[in-house]
Amino acid sequence: MASLKDLRGRINSVKSTRKITQAMKMVAAAKLRRAQAQAEAARPYAQRMERMLASLGAAVADSPDAPKMLIGTGRDQVHLLVVVTAERGLSGPFNTNAGRFARARIRALEAEGKTVKLLTVGRKGATYLKREFGSRFVGEVSYHNVKRIGFEQADELATRITAMLEAGEFDVCTLIYNRFQSVISQVASEQRLIPAPLPANDTAAAPAAAGELPALYEYEPSEEELLAALLPKNLAIQIYRALLENAAGFYGSQMTAMDNATRNAGDMINRLTLNYNRTRQANITKELIEIISGAEAV
Amino acid sequence: MATFDLELVSPERLLLSRPVEMAVIPAVEGDMGVLPNHAPMIVALKGGVIRVTEGGRETERLFIMGGFAEITPTRVTVLADEATPVATLSRAAATQRVAEAEAALAAATNDAPEIREKAMDRVMAARAMQEAAQAA
Repeated sequence: MASLKDLRGRINSVKSTRKITQAMKMVAAAKLRRAQAQAEAARPYAQRMERMLASLGAAVADSPDAPKMLIGTGRDQVHLLVVVTAERGLSGPFNTNAGRFARARIRALEAEGKTVKLLTVGRKGATYLKREFGSRFVGEVSYHNVKRIGFEQADELATRITAMLEAGEFDVCTLIYNRFQSVISQVASEQRLIPAPLPANDTAAAPAAAGELPALYEYEPSEEELLAALLPKNLAIQIYRALLENAAGFYGSQMTAMDNATRNAGDMINRLTLNYNRTRQANITKELIEIISGAEAV
Repeated sequence: MATFDLELVSPERLLLSRPVEMAVIPAVEGDMGVLPNHAPMIVALKGGVIRVTEGGRETERLFIMGGFAEITPTRVTVLADEATPVATLSRAAATQRVAEAEAALAAATNDAPEIREKAMDRVMAARAMQEAAQAA
């Protein structure tokens, strides 16, 4: 049986743990709000980009010299997986989920005889996947010293991927990240980046343009040139969205994890306190018995 | 006077969304003034200033760092790579950007023509920014 002093020590240490997890939860909640607002602010651009792409893509899609980014290289051999995870842990199953999803994808692709290349964003994903798939790595990106993810980072990443595409280093590019479903639920999912999945013209554009006639656009400069400039932007915006959702999801997941930890610490304190009081009473009873039986013996 | 809806969005936020009478946008092939009922167009933009007219007066001047615009008879959507109100442009920052862009262009002399062209575009955009900052 633990002594009273031991129990007191344990209660105090669990109490300070609870303070830390509680503080982390509050910080995560504040950062989550900011991340959500940022994701919200990025949405209009993405929506309008989609609308523009839908009308442009329809005009160019059947031309044989459409840009590579739209139609791909025509092969399906080398897959580039971009795995987005957080920089830090203490966030429940957040990083592990994305990692596990990526691992399953890599295994499935390799079983089909494809070549897989990996580009990780965020330190946690890199450490998770490195041991098993170290030879497939073509790069890792980390933003641990970036305070606030901006469009710049996404643009940089997009430029890098574009350069790899130009150099013929891969045929298909897929993004794996935690989709932000709600504060308590993030779902590891994938999104194809290259060849770009075109928003279907009639489904995506129609509701947005309700009441407007389907316009026949004039293009300046030509469709091909416009598309060549628009597609890398679209790539960047897709990546930007994934980065933001990843950030928001991370804070959401961390908040949930820290909330659970705080509650567990509370339960533990209750148990330990009960134990402490029982031990204290047992000690008093024992002392009383000793005194009484001592007095009787006299 | 008739108006149309002007929307100006950058990847990071929605900067402007309201009915205006006229907007002058810096298209790659020359500035263009857009009035209501313009023919539908999609144009690429270069670095320059968007001027907005409301109530017969010029009310907003925003600098954009290239982008795209979608024009329909009732709406103009500008997707800017980066956008700042001209009044908040800093001359020092603009000068620094010009220097950076020029250095990048100088470093790209041996690269493919497309890369050089892109670097050139950036120099032009940075110069436009500097000009706008000086005029403000």
